[in-house]
Amino acid sequence: MPDTITSKAELDARFTELYRAHLRDVYSYSYYRVGNHHDAEDLTEQTFLQAYRHFERALRESNGRPLRPWLIRIAHNLAANFYRDRSRKPESAIEDAGMISAPHTTESLVEGREELKSVLAGVQQLPDDRREALIMRFALGMDNREIARALGRTDGATKVLLHRAIRQLEGMVNGNAEAEAK
Amino acid sequence: MSAGAPDFEALLREALVPVDPPADLAQRLELTLVNLTELAQDELEAWELSTMRDPRNWVRPAAAAVVGATAGTALVVLRVRGRHRSRKQQSANLLELAERTLHDFAEEARRILPDR
Repeated sequence: MPDTITSKAELDARFTELYRAHLRDVYSYSYYRVGNHHDAEDLTEQTFLQAYRHFERALRESNGRPLRPWLIRIAHNLAANFYRDRSRKPESAIEDAGMISAPHTTESLVEGREELKSVLAGVQQLPDDRREALIMRFALGMDNREIARALGRTDGATKVLLHRAIRQLEGMVNGNAEAEAK
Repeated sequence: MSAGAPDFEALLREALVPVDPPADLAQRLELTLVNLTELAQDELEAWELSTMRDPRNWVRPAAAAVVGATAGTALVVLRVRGRHRSRKQQSANLLELAERTLHDFAEEARRILPDR
């Protein structure tokens, strides 16, 4: 990726590429972060508007590295402000599929699969950093290095974070299953 | 790295599927970005034509150069977004919705930005 942008038109074209390539990533992240489609749409819009404002600098400073972690970091920061401003936490359950008109929803995909619902409920109960790491890894398919950049951590710390997140979630889900079996 | 049982990771992958954004979000966002670009361009052109000699007018186009950073531009976007639902109800098809949104942007920008 060349580091110098020659014109505003080129900059806009590059931003359009970025936007089209990662709209689904940002929306997925936002959705799992806030737990409903309405707020996920707002968060996605705000993320891209903010990204547009700082895009030239981000390109300059990226040294050719992918910009997805930068985008997700913006969404991450905006989501943190979102909760601070509204003094609320992520919703504990994913909203009812009948309320929205997305092409498909996680609710419909996990319909009838109690174990998947249990996993989603467990993800919502994890500490923020662990939940985010799991969303980035499994919903967005980001590798350790990308997640580390998005969260502002080292690669090693990110590896440990993911490990602990998976183990904690597995314990929660298995605990629930055992409790229900009794 | 394999933190938990492989089948648990597969379960996680299955539960956390990527979620497609609603189609109207993509259209709305593209339109917003296009309009932001055009608004900023108009501001810069107006400045070049009429106010080059007056340093008091340098602040406004400089703000336009950073596009969404101006409160006025942000206000335009917010106001236009706020009326999205009513425009959608009034529009027979997507093209008409896009035309109404563009018109709304122009009206709102005229109303807000010249007073700043």
